Amino acid sequence: MAVEVIRVERLARVEGEGAFRVVLRHGKVESAELHIFEPPRFFEALLRGRSWLEAPDITARICGICPVAYQMSAVHAMESACGAAVEGPLRALRRLLYCGEWIESHALHVYMLHAPDFLGYGGAIEMAQHHGEAVRRGLALKKVGNDILRVIGGREVHPVNVRVGGFYRLPRPQELAPLRERLEWARGAALETVRWVAGFEFPEFERDYTFLALRHPAEYPLNEGRIVSSRGLDIPVAQFEDHIEETHLERSTALHARLRGAGAYLVGPLARYSLNFDRLTPLAREAARSAGLGSTCRNPYRSIIVRAIEILYACEEALAIIATYREPAASFVPVEPRAAVGASATEAPRGLLFHRYAIDSEGTITEARIVPPTSQNQASIEEDLTACVAAGLGPHALAREALRARCEQTVRNYDPCISCSTHFLELEIERN
Amino acid sequence: MSSVRAKPRLAVWKFASCDGCQLSLLDCEGELLALASAIEIAYFPEAMRAAVRGRYDLSLVEGSITTADDAERIRAVRRRSRRLVTIGACATSGGIQALRNFADAKEYAAHVYARPEYVRTLATSTPIAAHVPVDFELRGCPVSKGQLLEVIAAFLAGRRPVIPAHSVCIECKARGNPCVMVAHGVPCLGPVTHAGCGALCPSFRRGCYGCFGPTESPNASSLSQRLRGLGVDERALRRVYGTFNVNAEAFRAASGRTVPEGQSRGG
Repeated sequence: MAVEVIRVERLARVEGEGAFRVVLRHGKVESAELHIFEPPRFFEALLRGRSWLEAPDITARICGICPVAYQMSAVHAMESACGAAVEGPLRALRRLLYCGEWIESHALHVYMLHAPDFLGYGGAIEMAQHHGEAVRRGLALKKVGNDILRVIGGREVHPVNVRVGGFYRLPRPQELAPLRERLEWARGAALETVRWVAGFEFPEFERDYTFLALRHPAEYPLNEGRIVSSRGLDIPVAQFEDHIEETHLERSTALHARLRGAGAYLVGPLARYSLNFDRLTPLAREAARSAGLGSTCRNPYRSIIVRAIEILYACEEALAIIATYREPAASFVPVEPRAAVGASATEAPRGLLFHRYAIDSEGTITEARIVPPTSQNQASIEEDLTACVAAGLGPHALAREALRARCEQTVRNYDPCISCSTHFLELEIERN
Repeated sequence: MSSVRAKPRLAVWKFASCDGCQLSLLDCEGELLALASAIEIAYFPEAMRAAVRGRYDLSLVEGSITTADDAERIRAVRRRSRRLVTIGACATSGGIQALRNFADAKEYAAHVYARPEYVRTLATSTPIAAHVPVDFELRGCPVSKGQLLEVIAAFLAGRRPVIPAHSVCIECKARGNPCVMVAHGVPCLGPVTHAGCGALCPSFRRGCYGCFGPTESPNASSLSQRLRGLGVDERALRRVYGTFNVNAEAFRAASGRTVPEGQSRGG
């Protein structure tokens, strides 16, 4: 057969719209390209002229799955511009809110988007016919994450309570108390999740990724830290743009990011885990070891286990925060605007999310730059696809349908949020 | 005995949006499996791979129209849908991305992209109803989960959804909230904003920012007078009305934005 085309019109179970295309010539992969055609919404342009106080609510609308990540990167960037620091219980509450988003977003991906790939179903609802208990556990776990978002933020999607300096209203300790019991259940369910996904079959596949994530002196990273890589990069957040370059390719409305001197790099659960294994709780480390993971994980298909470990960590961290929470005197610290530039990076469920704003003395935004995780991972996704197809053509060649499914799974390893990075994945494999 | 009737078919579509409104369906954790047993979820790419071809009894549409391709696609969706319900501020008014309607869309593209010639986009972001007939519009940025379930249940039962069209103020009173504007002088869009959130922002001691869009007959000029009295200047007024529903007529006018010549507002 001279030319062979395998095509999937739409990659499902991802957030957004895009396509990918793998070209084979003489039995070798010539190119693998991810196409993203989510219609652009131009947030960086429309933020100009807005108030600094509007940034968390406006940028939340970039992504309905991880609005808290946008809110957190926005408020930290503004506080950095204005020389303010949010400490103590307010800082802990932000971390608690972010734990809620990690639990909700990771449970959605593990149970509803990714697990069906391993078990051979089109989706979680179909999977529920044979794995009802697991799907119900996943939904209940996701609900616990959403409960945190609702108690602290008011609602699951686009919470309303985050502001520069802290919160509009503080939760009372008695509002947090009922979360405890649910989180204790969730911690057990997270352990069960780790065991469940560790039993899946994983392709033998590893790549020598350049991992990039935040690293904090004492904590598994959420809101703060330095940016570090597995190749020795160690910089303050404000220097991020000195080390990455973004290019605009015709095939994508998301900009491609590369690390200067290293090329493609990877952000997200695998990177966070491999750079911060020692910052996990003892229980999470032990669960990881029981699941067969070392302190570094380079098999992208095993990211489903790492997400389960991060759900476990987030449950434990949330419990620890609630146990020590004392309501502070004020719901926010006063912050005054000044003409300045402020940058921040926080760990969205899908990886490092960078924001930088320039504001004037009245707090009007004059410039905004946002670098979402999926946009940073595009180059790495393409390299994985190349390697996946090459492996799929090797001595243990996969049948055409299986190879197509494997390609889809390879993209879903990243839990790509194409709404964030700008969206449907359409798969086309050409064999020339 | 008649044979078992086929389950009604539901489809969920996405246009320019953040995915948050369709995620609200997956956020119905307690009801999702029951829903899936009562209806056939025939097309929902965010959640499942299978796509049942043919016609759908109910289509839920998220997102606004910002590209020529999407303007075509929504017509095809309409043709295949017995009932079509738009969900969320993007689909019902054009969303935050409709700010481009009042700016230079080419300049926006050039600001964000190094090669704006690669970006194929329309100069406007418009609601679905500007392109095809819509059976019901559910407001919110995002929509409320409870209201979303009510809309699905109602359309499947062949009745109109029970979605109150009064203002957020009524919900505040029902919750027993003190008025943030009267008690604390906090600017609030509650008097002109469509109910549905349960007066969320005032319950969190902040003013409503209008994410459910204008209520049926809003008196925005009266509210603007009041807001000026609280120290909100013209520039800030332009901002407070000019967010997630900036392209909804009452908010557009109150924000001081005018429809550029030659551009139909679209819905």
